[in-house]
Amino acid sequence: MLDVLSNLALGFSVALSPPVLFYAFIGCVIGTLVGVLPGVGPLAGISLLLPATFGMDATRAIVMLAGIYYGAMYGGSTTSILMRIPGEAASVMTCIDGYAMARKGRAGAALAIAAVGSYVAGTASVIGLMVMAPPLARIALRFGPPEQLALLLLGLLVLAYMSSGSMLKALAMAALGLLLGTIGIDQMTGYMRYAYGVVELGDGLGVVPVAVGLFGVAEILATAGAPTPPAVIKPKLSELLPSREEWRQAAWPIGRGTVLGFVIGILPGSAHIIASFVSYAVEKRVSRRPQEFGHGAVAGVAGPESANNSATSGAFVPMLALGVPSGPIPAVMLAALMVHGVAPGPLLIGNQPALFWGFIASMYVGNVMLLILNLPLVGLFVNILRVPYPYLYPAVLIFSILGVYAVNASVVDVWIMLVMGVLGYVLRKLDFETAPIVLGVVLAPLIELSLRQSLAMSDGRYTIFIEHRIAAALLAFGLALVLLNLYTFARRGLDWRARMALAEKGDSS
Amino acid sequence: MSVDRVSGIGLAALALLVLEETWRQRLPLGSVATPGPAYLPGLLALLLLGAGVAVAALGGGGPRAASLDWREWRHSVAIFVACAFGAFALERLGYRLTVFAALTFLVGGVERKPIAATVVFAAALALGTFWLFDTLLRVPLPRGPFGF
Repeated sequence: MLDVLSNLALGFSVALSPPVLFYAFIGCVIGTLVGVLPGVGPLAGISLLLPATFGMDATRAIVMLAGIYYGAMYGGSTTSILMRIPGEAASVMTCIDGYAMARKGRAGAALAIAAVGSYVAGTASVIGLMVMAPPLARIALRFGPPEQLALLLLGLLVLAYMSSGSMLKALAMAALGLLLGTIGIDQMTGYMRYAYGVVELGDGLGVVPVAVGLFGVAEILATAGAPTPPAVIKPKLSELLPSREEWRQAAWPIGRGTVLGFVIGILPGSAHIIASFVSYAVEKRVSRRPQEFGHGAVAGVAGPESANNSATSGAFVPMLALGVPSGPIPAVMLAALMVHGVAPGPLLIGNQPALFWGFIASMYVGNVMLLILNLPLVGLFVNILRVPYPYLYPAVLIFSILGVYAVNASVVDVWIMLVMGVLGYVLRKLDFETAPIVLGVVLAPLIELSLRQSLAMSDGRYTIFIEHRIAAALLAFGLALVLLNLYTFARRGLDWRARMALAEKGDSS
Repeated sequence: MSVDRVSGIGLAALALLVLEETWRQRLPLGSVATPGPAYLPGLLALLLLGAGVAVAALGGGGPRAASLDWREWRHSVAIFVACAFGAFALERLGYRLTVFAALTFLVGGVERKPIAATVVFAAALALGTFWLFDTLLRVPLPRGPFGF
């Protein structure tokens, strides 16, 4: 422990040096901007600015890129809460209750809870990264394709089980999302699937156009022409900060989201996205008032926002300790390190302690910086809601088109967003939840690849999923959820989710 | 017919369409031990078909499809047309002209706001977002035939 503290002191001496502090600040500002703008997520932001770091030394470069990464995670919640447009895919779940809170006049509270939750999760997970990096990385290495497939399936089942309305409908939406996720080139054989000659579809449907379409565009299609369009909200200064009761409701979800996000973040895949989905599902399950979810539940903002920020730090564990990136963003960061002649892996801590511990310390500093940067901006951001809706929604549409186009400079992505917008609008009318579709699109390529890799490993035997104990336990848990749902359905006909859905229908009629 | 029944039938029809398309594109199915490119989509389409049939079968007692409120459809179509124009014209007319035209149509034509306010709003947003993304953030945005 003393070693850790003395190393951390070394790290802070690096992170608090004016040039490193400056680059951390620049990274945080750019990251927040990148996160706030719909479509331009952390991956695009880091990729665009990577060449700008070539002239810097390794520590400054990685500190700035890391600042962009977690700054984008902070900023992503802003448009989700204020306009129901996910700034990046991990903010999809924040759209649901964050936007509902905003419509109730609690936008400031939602933004503040998201910022503080992100800060707590970011800081706590850095402590986790510092203390547990090497052992956790070894555990993560035991997650081969069978374990990954089991975890991904479990994630889908948990989401379906926890969703309001029927599990059947949620599963149907997940299946639809997974089907959409199979569009494009088959990773194992190179066959083009359902692309109809559109070359841009070779890479599959992007998560950003799908999420922005299903949430942002669908919301505008449904509300802009409604007999009573959303009213202009004029928040008072006293309403900008959360009440004591809201802080109380946020405390445990922030704690749970932090732990959950960190653990999921270590595992391979789009961890920060999955972490926010799973956190939302868990919060809904443990809540004493699950009927509030979807209508402005504080836990529905606090949990997912904490989880996706915590997962950000978790993703650095295998990258730094083993040199194994757990997703596309750590992969780009890894490339950035290698460009600067740094080889991440077990020897990094011993060979370049100033870089490793400077990076860790800069994450503490960056989190404080982001909190200081974001909390005063809450008042500024909330003013967006003062704009009359006939001016606000066209501007939101333009930002959506712009953000989606900017990711790949592709008009095809804009068309995908539009189609998803119409699909989301119709599904909303038919009382379907669209969040499982987004998760399905994210998970489909991962599920397919891990299934086929598992079968290749076992010579085509499905018993591999039982022989691998972690995979077997995860699958058994998923099966138990399905059986539990069937049992509840058979015994009572209606469970709490169905009753809730009926109550909602009663309210609205 | 109930909403759930209509949506269940819709999902089942979509699943059948995917199955038909998988067969039409002659994607190799592979085997249970070595799945081919059509294996997972086929499996998922069958799952969607099953879910659709189940939703339709169990959803007879819900609200009627005829009771759905579509009053905003004219507005929704207008918004969709504006977005479709945006997607179509973005690389042909350039970002600034496309955004200006789409916003003028939406704010002035659909929302019937005063012409001066519409023009100022559309021009400010078109030029402002271009400056923010293209000039400041170096995200390349399309320019039109006149370099604008």
